Amino acid sequence: MDAKDILGLPKTPLPIPQEKKSRPQKDSQRKPDGISREVYALTGGVAPLMPSIDVSQLKRRPPSDEKITWQWLPFTSSARKDDLQLYHWVRVVNGVPPTGDYSFAKYNKSVDVIRYTDEEYEKYLTDPKWTKEETDQLFDLCERFDLRFIIIADRFPTHRTVEELKDRYYSVSRAILVARAPSPGEVAGHPLVKEPYNVTQETERKRALSMVLSQTKHQERKDAEVLAEAKRIDESRMAARAAEEPDLPVPSDVGPESAEGAVGPGDTISPANVQAPAAAIAPSTSVIADNASTLASLRMLRVYLRTYALEQMVQAASSSAGLRTIKRVEQTLQDLGVNLKPKVPTKAVCAEHLELRKEILTLLNLQKQLQYKEAEGSSFRDGSYGDMPGTAKRSQRAADQDRTFVPDTISFGVIPGDRVVKREQKRKGPGRTSETPSSPAGAHKRPRKMKASDL
Amino acid sequence: MIDTSLSKKKDPDQPEISLPTLKSQRTKMGKSEDSEKKKIKDVEISVPIVYGNAAFWLGKKASEYQSHRWTVYVRGATNEDLSVVVKRAVFQLHSSFNNPTRVVESAPFELSESGWGEFEIAITLFFHNDVCEKPLNLYHHLKLYPEDESGPMSTKKPVVVESYDEVVFTELSESFLARVQNHPAVTFPRLPAGVTLPPSVSTEDESKKKRGDTKDHPLSQWFLNFSEADELLQLAAARQQVQAHIAKLRRQISLTDGQNQQFKPL
Repeated sequence: MDAKDILGLPKTPLPIPQEKKSRPQKDSQRKPDGISREVYALTGGVAPLMPSIDVSQLKRRPPSDEKITWQWLPFTSSARKDDLQLYHWVRVVNGVPPTGDYSFAKYNKSVDVIRYTDEEYEKYLTDPKWTKEETDQLFDLCERFDLRFIIIADRFPTHRTVEELKDRYYSVSRAILVARAPSPGEVAGHPLVKEPYNVTQETERKRALSMVLSQTKHQERKDAEVLAEAKRIDESRMAARAAEEPDLPVPSDVGPESAEGAVGPGDTISPANVQAPAAAIAPSTSVIADNASTLASLRMLRVYLRTYALEQMVQAASSSAGLRTIKRVEQTLQDLGVNLKPKVPTKAVCAEHLELRKEILTLLNLQKQLQYKEAEGSSFRDGSYGDMPGTAKRSQRAADQDRTFVPDTISFGVIPGDRVVKREQKRKGPGRTSETPSSPAGAHKRPRKMKASDL
Repeated sequence: MIDTSLSKKKDPDQPEISLPTLKSQRTKMGKSEDSEKKKIKDVEISVPIVYGNAAFWLGKKASEYQSHRWTVYVRGATNEDLSVVVKRAVFQLHSSFNNPTRVVESAPFELSESGWGEFEIAITLFFHNDVCEKPLNLYHHLKLYPEDESGPMSTKKPVVVESYDEVVFTELSESFLARVQNHPAVTFPRLPAGVTLPPSVSTEDESKKKRGDTKDHPLSQWFLNFSEADELLQLAAARQQVQAHIAKLRRQISLTDGQNQQFKPL
């Protein structure tokens, strides 16, 4: 190399053409067929080292020493009553055709329909609704059609329902079985004897099924509602029963009966009927249920402290109240000079304490109610300038805020409720442009986002 | 055998034998009370107890780590013997004590120690087999230092903190009921109709028995009195007030309703 360098001769020319040659080779290698270059690169860029399926394995047959030919040969089947000869392809091994019955003959099964003799008919099987002729025809058809009663019913000469046919067939077979049996015990295990066909039940079942199938969506929803309601009532009744409160009359007419009625044919009990009494029961029974379940869980403990029991009962009683309400109850207790936790928790004391707490809850609820009603009243009295959508809440807010806003609004001689509400709107929605008419900014002490167009 | 404590302990002035009325929901009159079934349901027995501690400052004899001598205990609310129901009491002390789990096998159920720190003591009461198989836990915060920190600490007068509570047993066995029929430590319920108990038998020789009640306990002079009468009065007064308030509100509501009716938009 160096010598050539020194001599000034160019470096071996081979590498360059070599590169050129190898590159196109590689290029064609790189370009896989069928998938894009990038996808191919995901697999690692090269073809897998080991082929997943050995191509040479495919289409390889075991070298068999037998000579196989296929011949078009006649055959007979034991399933056929005649001697008809049909032809088919047969795999012949070394010149020996296969032996044996036609391979599908074993699938030719049929039902064992019991056939009676005429004497037996006279003795056991006479029936006012069926003539011997009809019965014979029925049995013929049964045998022909392997007890496919739908088809039998179609082919039956006189008009009979499927249930009638079934009934006749099964009762006849049963009677024959029992009559022929040496002792009743032996046939007792036979399915026909054990479970007789019940016509009325079957008719009813099919009718109900078709009803359910043909129910409209509306019907379905109604039924679901009623069932849910019934379940709820049932559960609350269970809880009430556990409590065994003799004072509270637990209505027994509402409940499962209505659910059953709903699923019945045609006439459904309107859900309104069920819901109204249910709604009335629900709140009162929920309280009882709470109480009952607490008592039940306490009893389960087998030993507990009175203070613990009181805590549980208090919790149960305040379960529907929010944290703020609970705090208010406690505040009220303190104001009344009562210990939040009784110092001497005897049974009587605990009972009194619980009752007191419940009464305070009632008191607070009533206070809230009164507030509501008063606010409602004031909103009605003041009329409603576009406050129609205004709910009691908004008016109540207005009523509450009234005191602070009075100095601002009185000078305008407008109705406080109206203005204030609109201002509330503004305050709450900073992004919204105000739709109200002239509301001078000056009197309002709080900075407001107000458009110039307002003025 | 079961330790019966009957005639000797029956003090005539004990109010515990009073029969508190059971809530109607608890008494199922029609319930079967087979004599084969040992458990009587829907009857509860309550045992009023007081638990707490008394702590004496050791004054001159106090060291840095032993400044107080305290006793934690569980006693009957009227100082009756609790061993009729309690088999043993386990006091779980702070881990800095040696053998922090102290077991007391007989009445009086108490534990004395010396120390300087206040901590929570877990008291587990184990009951006799025919009473209840489950133990019950009580928690008491040991108090050594008086509330009023400015006052002088006295070696004569202990700091006493007690809590009143009642242990309620449901699912009672006949044998238990029979045993405690007339025991003053137990508030015996009114039995449902048809339940009769076998007469209780006194088996032990009275002289052999160790007194488990705390009537003459050295600390008994410091025990607090718990009277439910005061609390009941307080509660009754409060309830009256609340009920009056409720009535007033109801009147106001109906009044407002009436007023609103006139103005209701159609």
